[in-house]
This record gives sequence, structure tokens and C-alpha cells, in this order.
Amino acid sequence: MPELHLPWLELSIITPVLGALMVWSVRDPEQARRRTIVVAGLTLFFAFSTWQDFHTLHTFEAHDHWDIITPLLGQDVLVVDELSAPLLPLTALLFFLIPLATLRTKVRRFPFVGNLASLALMMAMLSCREGWGIIGLLAAQMIPPAIELQHRGRSTRPFVLHMALCVGLLAAGWGMLDAEGPRSEHSMIAISMLAAGVLLRSGICPVHCWMTDLFENASFGTALLFVTPMAGAYAAVRLVLPVAPDWALRTIALLSLFTAVYAAGMALVQHEVRRFFCYLFLSHSSLVLVGLEMVTPIGLTGGLCVWLSVGMSLAGFGLTLRALEARTGRLSLRDFHGLYEQMPILAGFFLLTGLASIGFPGTVGFVGTELLVDGAVGVYPVVGMLVVFAAALNGIAVLFAYFRLFTGRIHTSSISLGARPAERLSILALTALIIGGGLIPQPGVQSRYHAATELLEARRRPVVASGKLEEQSSALDLDQILGDVPVHP
Amino acid sequence: MSLDHFMTLLGILVILPPAILLATLGLSTLVNRPLGETWTSRLSQVCVSTGLAAAVVMLVMMLTLNTRFVPIELGNLVTIPQQHFHFHLKFVFDRLSVPFVILSYVLGGTVGAFTTRYLHRERGYNRFSLCYAFFMLGMIVTSLAGTIEVLFLGWELVGLSSALLVAYFHERPSPVINGLRVWTVYRLADAAFLIAAVAMHHLTGEGDFSVLMGSGPWPAGKAALTGGQAIFVGALLLIAAAGKSAMIPFSGWLPRAMEGPTPSSAIFYGALSVHLGAFLLLRVSPILEQSVLLSVLVVLMGLTTALYAAITARVQSDIKSSLAYASLTQVGIIVAEIGFGLRYIALIHIIGHACLRTLQLLRAPTLLRDYQTMENAIGGRLHSHPSSWQQRLSPTTRVWWYRFAFERGYFDSFLNEYIVAPFQAIFEWCDGMERRWTDFLAGGQSRESDVVEAQPHVVEQMEM
Repeated sequence: MPELHLPWLELSIITPVLGALMVWSVRDPEQARRRTIVVAGLTLFFAFSTWQDFHTLHTFEAHDHWDIITPLLGQDVLVVDELSAPLLPLTALLFFLIPLATLRTKVRRFPFVGNLASLALMMAMLSCREGWGIIGLLAAQMIPPAIELQHRGRSTRPFVLHMALCVGLLAAGWGMLDAEGPRSEHSMIAISMLAAGVLLRSGICPVHCWMTDLFENASFGTALLFVTPMAGAYAAVRLVLPVAPDWALRTIALLSLFTAVYAAGMALVQHEVRRFFCYLFLSHSSLVLVGLEMVTPIGLTGGLCVWLSVGMSLAGFGLTLRALEARTGRLSLRDFHGLYEQMPILAGFFLLTGLASIGFPGTVGFVGTELLVDGAVGVYPVVGMLVVFAAALNGIAVLFAYFRLFTGRIHTSSISLGARPAERLSILALTALIIGGGLIPQPGVQSRYHAATELLEARRRPVVASGKLEEQSSALDLDQILGDVPVHP
Repeated sequence: MSLDHFMTLLGILVILPPAILLATLGLSTLVNRPLGETWTSRLSQVCVSTGLAAAVVMLVMMLTLNTRFVPIELGNLVTIPQQHFHFHLKFVFDRLSVPFVILSYVLGGTVGAFTTRYLHRERGYNRFSLCYAFFMLGMIVTSLAGTIEVLFLGWELVGLSSALLVAYFHERPSPVINGLRVWTVYRLADAAFLIAAVAMHHLTGEGDFSVLMGSGPWPAGKAALTGGQAIFVGALLLIAAAGKSAMIPFSGWLPRAMEGPTPSSAIFYGALSVHLGAFLLLRVSPILEQSVLLSVLVVLMGLTTALYAAITARVQSDIKSSLAYASLTQVGIIVAEIGFGLRYIALIHIIGHACLRTLQLLRAPTLLRDYQTMENAIGGRLHSHPSSWQQRLSPTTRVWWYRFAFERGYFDSFLNEYIVAPFQAIFEWCDGMERRWTDFLAGGQSRESDVVEAQPHVVEQMEM
């Protein structure tokens, strides 16, 4: 397997681990924030370098240079491929922007150590293709939010019960696969358990309530960072997609489609911004799963594109809501707040990110949504139209929230509530990505198409938990999928 | 420079100015350095004049060369060759797009010039200009679109700017609520458009109008769809057109849209945006020809809308709403003309009507003064006489029709009662069930959001 020029992946994981240890001993919250920003910034640099280095290799997968993990644990434990290459810098960017945009008034409440620990776990998971590794890291990721919930004196039961069940199902399912050995078709029970675990982690209806509970009771930043990297979707691609037969994947896609519509409808009746955001995010992340599980090159490419666009845009949307909360406390959507005159830049950014999430023309989400709709209608001609309906409802929800928060009255304030320099920096960075990706979408789409073909290629080989691969005999014939069947936007 | 290159350059010159206007205003706003009124106005004038001049030169060139179709290929925004997927950026200059783009520039420029004075020193001048730039770009892209995807792109830009301008006076709840209503109808209509576009791709394998609508330049051409396919796709496009042009059953948003400032009302609901539905039907008119049933549907929708709007316009108590319904009456007639296959008449009707209505709406703020001037000139009051219809109808029937018109056909009440309320009730019930579930899991109250006040006692705490 080709090698990167430096051990970027190891650096991306070790840096936040060391950073967390370094911040642990710091008592001054402001100093902890500064150190967290530096560490997260370094991690972002390493993750970005991984992506760029990988890009120059023109290969589907690569290992670290001076890799010490592979000889010990196997070749799939620490690897970067077409799927994970852009996800690494995107995730690191989110973990960098959240502490950067944390106001001083909130630094005492924000768990910086947990933030860095979560970053390390997330980077490790995105660098891992080995089943047990992913399941172990998913299990570890639930610890920082659970600790925070406990520190805040909130019930941890809804969150922990759901996450424990998720990990239990994934472990049991993967264990059964391991026991079955390399086969073209695995047992239905094993596949169902894996699928159920993924559905739980992705918050698919009716097992989604842990997500709303997390947004209710954890800090907004922690909840954002737990859900926006879409670990559930990653688990779906790595654990379920290679082994599940078409019927199982399409069942997940249909459930996700239902969730997308349900969550979009729920977003419209929410009276509080955090719950509103949670449902809006849930609707979009479900659309990502719809694309991923359609098992067609166009649908899969659409799902992967929307993954990136939603990750960027809704993270920005969430950052704006968090910035508003930092100024006024938790916000209700029952009444108008009229904050536009106080913070026009934040208002504009809120609208931009919201529109990008629904795939508005000129933004990063536009082409991905087109691909997703095309793929969905191609597979399910009638039901696929629900993707369009969900997107329409989400569009209404975005403008509804914009009007409620920024218009309808004039908010008076004795101090300036405008965006602070750090917030402006975050806004400019995300705006550049959102508009740049919208105006020049070809490189992103091309890269996601390569990832999609790679994933479909992986479905040709029955994957077993031991990591041994055996050629041929798959549920789907790749030549048939990738053949010259005319599919258009 | 060859003739083809010159025409391409000219075509780009038509499309580029509104994009430059939007980019300049958007970037300056983003970096918190919005342009002043004078610069915004000048830039707007330069962009509109350049675009208009290029469009006129293009028209002259087409007439001189006796060319009816000039395609401008700007390549693919995105392509996946292995899957034959492409988003083709193609614009066309033909007998439909050239008049429409010139009309857009003329009326857009007029309203832009009017705005300079009308909104002078308004706090939201920059916001208005930004939305105006969005609108102009959307209109030009829609008018010149050579593929259905490009048309959809422009269509969306027009929709967003429209909703934001309805909510222009956003310090009051009423314009904002109305803006959201407009946006809601647009989103649902746009969903129908998107489904139609995707369906067309899957049915014909193409998105290019020159293939979808036959090889001949507009209005010639034969759609590459069978009768049954034409009904399905055409019905979806009809819904999209009805939503954009406020035709029945979506007419409820039109009077609400009058909450916006007069310049935006003029350009959106008097002149351009309200005709976009008719424009779409004209563009896809070969599809209508494939099915008699579809054509009948278009005629029926047009005539019903015209009749409804004509009745409703008579009882409006403010001039802008009255003009809006008068405008809708004409749009209904235009749509009926399209259904009858009278495409050139419909196009001429659009141009004439848009110009007249823009003038009327821009004069609307001075209506009382105009009346005064007229009354002073004739030396007495202006009288209105009951129409012959009024004299023939019984008082009960007159009251019934009056109430029907006053309530604007009960369309809003119908939508609120039979669609919005059940939708809300279902999801609120689901929300209640979720609360019970999380409370059960948490062993107590699980939602802090329940106690969040509608208007928090703001404790502003900002520290640098």
C-alpha cells in the first residue's frame, strides 16, 4: 500500500491526546481555551496535510510514513482512503471552530479537555477501517458527553442507554460475522444487528430521542461536536455497506427517508432553537444515509457530497445559534426576537448556512442534493420524491427560524452584540468553503465519485471481521452498476 | 475574431453584469464594508445598462443575420462522464428569451432608478440592493436558460429574493409572516419543478431544452415525451408555474406579498416575477402540445384564475392589492392563451402588461395626489357608477360574491384549516409522545426547553 510522506495520521491523533493531557492540569479557563485552540489548530493542519498528501499520491488508500500501528494491529487500523481523506480536515475544522468561537462568558462551562479527547477519538475513528476498531472508538466517544451530562447534574440514562445498546448491537453483529468467516452472504441476524446499531447511532426514527436529549442537556458545543461529524454514517459505510445485501441497505434507506421527512416536520413545530437545530440536522443526516444506502454510483456520490456539505453548513448554522445563545441565553421560537440590527453579519451567515444545507444554488450543497434526488428517484421513482419534499420542508424551517430570531421586532441592547473577531474569522472561513464549493463543485464531486466507486468495489468482496478478504461472489455486480447506464441530473 | 466568438462574448456580456453586481454587493456586505447609496446606485446602473446594451446588440445581430437561435455554451458546472451525469451551463438566445431578457433589464433598470430616491436613507437600502441583485441575476439566468437545471437555478434565486423583499420591513411581524407564507408556497412549487426536471431526465435522458423540446428554435419543436409522460411532467410544471404566478389554488400569497416596498412590489408582482410561471409554460409549450388534456388543464387554470382575480380585485381596499389582483387577472388570461397555443400573443401580452403594471405600481404611492390633481382639474369629485352586473344581481347574491371576494376566495382559510392545522396537530402529537418517552427514560422532567421563555429577560453578557 502506498505511503504518505510523513506520519500525518498519527500526528492528527496524538496531538489532541497530548493536548488533552496538557489542558487537564490548567486551572485558568481562558488559558485552557487558548491551548485548546492551538492544539485543535495543529490537528487541523495535520489533517489537512493528510488530505493534501493523499491527494498527491493519486491512489485509493495510503498508510502513514514510519507507520508503527500497521505491523502491530493490521493494515486497516490506521489508513486514509478516498472516503476519509476530506472527512479528516472537515472534522478537525469543526473541533477548531467551536473553541475558537466560544465567548469568554461561556469558557467556564465548556469542557475543553473533553473536546480534545473527542477530537482524538473522532480522528482515530475516521482513520480506521477495521471493524472492531471502529466499534471500540464509537464506544469510547460516548464517554466525554456522558461525563459532561453527569457534571451538569442531568440524567445520563437516555443517552447512555441508547449508546450502550448501539455499541452492544454492533459488537454482537460484528462478532457473529467474525464467527461466520468469509462468506458471500452473512446471516440475517448479524446483518440486522449491525444495521440496528447504525440506525441507533444515526438517530433514525424511532430510536432518535437520545439526540434531542443530548441537545437539551449537554452544552450546545458538545452536542454539536458529537453529532455533526456523522459517526453513524461512517459506521454505516465501513461496517454495513460492504456486507449487507441490497434489501437490507434499501430498508435502511427507506427508514432514513421516513426520518428525513419526519424530522423536517418536527423541526417546524419546535418552540426552542436547540431542539429545532437537532431535528433540522437529523433530517439532513438521514438524507445522507438515504444516499449512502442506495447502492448506486450516483446515489452514493450524492450521499457523500451531501455529507460534506451538511457537515460544513449545519456546523456553521449551529455555530451561529450557539453565538446567539451565548448572548441572550436559550432562545424560544414562540416569538420574534428581532436581532438583525444588532448582529447583521451573524444573521447573514445564519441564512447562508441554512440555505447551503438545503442545497440552494450557488452553495456547496446544490450539486450534492441534485445527485441525491436523481439517485433516489432512479431507485424508488415514487418514494424518492420524498427527498424533495423533505428538502422543501427543511427550506421552510430554515427561513422560519431566521425570521423568528432576527426579525419581527427591534431588539434593543445597551452593549454591542455584533460578531467578535474570532467569530468573524470562523464565519469567513466557512463562507469561503460554502460558496467556493458551490461555484467550483467539480473537484469535490469527482473525489466523492471516486470514493463511491471504491466503496462499491469493496462490496464485491465479502468482508469478515478478521480482515481477510476473498474475491468475488457479491450481492451486487459492479460491472452492472458502473456500466454505461445513462443517468443524469 | 470570428462571428461565433463575437456572439459568445456578447452573450456572456448579457449574463455577467448582474453576477458582478451580486458579487460586489455580497462581498462588501460580508466583510462588513457595505457600499454607500451612491456607489450602489451607480454600480447598479452600469451593470443594468451594460447588460441591456449587450442584449439589444444581440437582438440586432440576430435580426441582421436572420438567426433565430444562438446558444452560449459555458461548459459543465459539474460532470461525471462515466455516469453520463452533467450539469450543463448553457444559455440560449431565441425569440422567447431575447424579448424577456430585454424586458427584465428595462424594467429592472427603471425600478432600480426609482429605488434610489424612494428608499433614500432607508436603513435597509443595502439589504434591498442585495436582494435586487439576486433577483436580477435570477431573472436573467431564468430567461436565458438553455437547460432545465439552469432554469431551476435562476428560478430559485428569484424565489428567495422575493420572500426576503416581502419581509423587507422586518421590524414588524406582519411582513415577516407574509414573507414566510410566500416562501412556503414557493418551496412547495419548487419541489414540483425539481421533480419534473428529474423525471424529464429519467424519461428522456436529457435536460437540454433543444433536445427536450425538439430541434427547431422556439416556438417550433416537438417534445421528446409521449402523451402520458407529458401529462405527468406537464402537471408538475403547471404546479410550479401556478405557485410562482399565484394562480389558483396558490393565490393567497399575492396580497400578502404587497407588504414589501413599492419598488419590489412593482418589479415582482406587477412586472416580472408574476409572469415567470407563464414564461415557464411558454418555454415548455411543446410539452403542452403533446397532450390535449394538459392543454385543457392549462386553459382552465388560466381562466379560473382570471375570473377569480377579476372579482377579487373589485373589493380590495388598498391600491397595491387591487393592482396585484388586476395583474393576476391578466396573468390568468396569458396562461389561457398559452393553453390555446397562442404563444406569440401570450409573449406580446406579457411584455405590454408588465410595462403597464410597473408604471401603475410605481405611481401607486402618489395615488391620492393624482386623484386630487384630477379632481382639481375637473373641478369636482370623481364618481363611480354601479356596473351593469351589479344592477342585475339580487342583493343576496351580491353580498355572497362580495364576501367571497373580500375573503379572497377563502383560499387562505382553506389551506390553514385543512393543511396547516392537521400538519401541526400530527407533529405536535408526536412531540408530546417523544416527551413522554424521554421523561420515562430520564426518570423525570427531561426537557429544559419547556421552561424557556418566549422573550427572555436578557442578561447580555459579552466579554472580549
